Amino acid sequence: MEKFKNILSKATPISIENIDTDQIIPARFLKAISRDGFGDNLFRDWRYDNMNKPITDFILNRSDKQNKILIAGRNFGCGSSREHAAWAIYDFGFRVVVSSFFADIFNNNALNNGLLTIKLNEKSLSKVFELIRENEKIEFNVDLENQVFFTNNGSFNESFSINSFNKTCLINGYDSIDYLNSKKDSILEFEKLNKV
Amino acid sequence: MNHPKTLFDKVWESHVVDEIPSGPSILYVDKHLIHEVTSPQAFLGLRKRGLKVLRPEKTIATADHNVPTLNQHLPIKEELSRNQLNQLTKNCKDFGIELYGLGHKYQGIVHVIGPELGITQPGMTIVCGDSHTSTHGAFGSIAFGIGTSEVEMVLATQCLLQKKPKTMLIEINGELQNGVFSKDIILYIISKISSSGGTGYFVEYSGSTISSLSMEARMTICNMSIEMGARGGMIAPDQKTFEYVENKKFSPDGIDFDNKVKYWKTLVSDSNAKYDKVLKFDAKDIEPMITYGTNPGMGMKIRDKIPELPLEGSKDSFDKSLNYMGLKSGTHILNKKIDYVFIGSCTNSRMEDLRIAAKFIDGKQKASGVSAWVIPGSKQVEKMAIEEGIDKIFKNAGFEFRQPGCSACLAMNEDKIPKSKFCVSTSNRNFEGRQGPGSRTMLASPLTAAATAVNGYVTDVRDYI
Repeated sequence: MEKFKNILSKATPISIENIDTDQIIPARFLKAISRDGFGDNLFRDWRYDNMNKPITDFILNRSDKQNKILIAGRNFGCGSSREHAAWAIYDFGFRVVVSSFFADIFNNNALNNGLLTIKLNEKSLSKVFELIRENEKIEFNVDLENQVFFTNNGSFNESFSINSFNKTCLINGYDSIDYLNSKKDSILEFEKLNKV
Repeated sequence: MNHPKTLFDKVWESHVVDEIPSGPSILYVDKHLIHEVTSPQAFLGLRKRGLKVLRPEKTIATADHNVPTLNQHLPIKEELSRNQLNQLTKNCKDFGIELYGLGHKYQGIVHVIGPELGITQPGMTIVCGDSHTSTHGAFGSIAFGIGTSEVEMVLATQCLLQKKPKTMLIEINGELQNGVFSKDIILYIISKISSSGGTGYFVEYSGSTISSLSMEARMTICNMSIEMGARGGMIAPDQKTFEYVENKKFSPDGIDFDNKVKYWKTLVSDSNAKYDKVLKFDAKDIEPMITYGTNPGMGMKIRDKIPELPLEGSKDSFDKSLNYMGLKSGTHILNKKIDYVFIGSCTNSRMEDLRIAAKFIDGKQKASGVSAWVIPGSKQVEKMAIEEGIDKIFKNAGFEFRQPGCSACLAMNEDKIPKSKFCVSTSNRNFEGRQGPGSRTMLASPLTAAATAVNGYVTDVRDYI
């Protein structure tokens, strides 16, 4: 996993609520056997019409492709457990998703892939959408070490929470699989004790 | 005296290998189920790291998400799907994992075959790279869906890193009305608490209504726990559970079974056990349900009008949903003409579901202009249906009785509902495009689906009881 570095970037806003993983990456694009290239089909059916022509008023077709921050309405990532959703968002170039509420499995999948999820309260999230509406070029800072999400001019400044294990993994690019592997002795001991 | 514990606490605590201070727990996994779509990248990861599968005998594989439901004996036409299934076969062979692939007598939807083979047992931890793994909680196990990185963790270490969720008790008491099924119960609950009302929680269902349900009906309820955002749902095992598990392929037998039952009987929440949240419902308030929007929380009693406002969240998102569905607030869905009926999926494709639908359909015909598909959940369900003559009842009524797989629940294979067409479906998700780009899904029980197929319009089954 790549190390998570602090970010200063414009943000792409999608204020729709309950965005499920079928919208993030429809099932018919899950047939690959590697992790690469899912970004091409991120929000496929909102980005392209049924003739595969880009739908110009959809934000992903209008926003700067360099944006590292995705801002989404509450209950983001609900539905299917497909990790392809996190891969697609990351592959497209985002490193942070901000919402007021994340579905549990998506949240785990994101963190396991170096994609930071920032949970704000409903009011703060509305404020972020409002700031972007007023000035789509506004830039946000993500400082993971100090757990703050803010603008340079002080128009927005909110701290966010993350458990220290996930934070350490993200900052150092550590991987949960390596961590579990380092615990093999305890696992074998557990098996012996519990006769499993 | 010991601190009173919930069913969830008892099973969870007996599987914790270690706890990371202010981090997740290391949770031991008893059974791991895999399928072709969410496992290939996990095996790829193992190969890159040079790792083996720690306990190959604790993982079982099947092919379900991506398989055709017609002519399964022929090579798969679509190259990417064929490739993905071939990759599963290769991965299972290379890493020593039992595979019930296409053509095998045990092949089927992963959450149908687990219980019917006795892989699923009370008190276990069961995971799978599929959110509907919550189904297995009907047996009093902790079962939940995981992502592919987590599939890799389980393959490599038989463990997962998991933060302990909060607990919620949902108690339902009383007798169900005629024509109301477990699918209606769960759609009713989700309509009351929304598609995110359970996020962060693990749910236990209890009460006289739940106890009265068959194992298959209980599975339908636990299956859709994820549709309220819950990590999983579980029901304390009882005599019905023990009888269901007995004499299955992977079930313990003889004295081993008796000893297991003694342990399983301890898997109930202690009186006075504390939950983080408790909700109570009365069975008499539940009626046949149908969804009108694009998430499972957007459901209502079948005779109701579509509401003007969402239960929670913004009016914009609510209106966007109705616009996608081509439906309007303040109107009825009852008697609305539909185009497709899908009876299948890990929610409702078991023998009991097919029997309920077939009993209604027997001697009737589907409406002209309606395409009706019945997709049995597994080869064993298919075989039983054929032995009972249920396949003929469907075929004689003009339904297509196909071969096992996930099919039009997520439309990864060729079974797709066309753009703008309405489908009354026994599956679990009515998301935009879920059953095919532009498809419009209305979730309902197998009996509602069967009656709707016969009439060609959304039907209240109580009119026929």
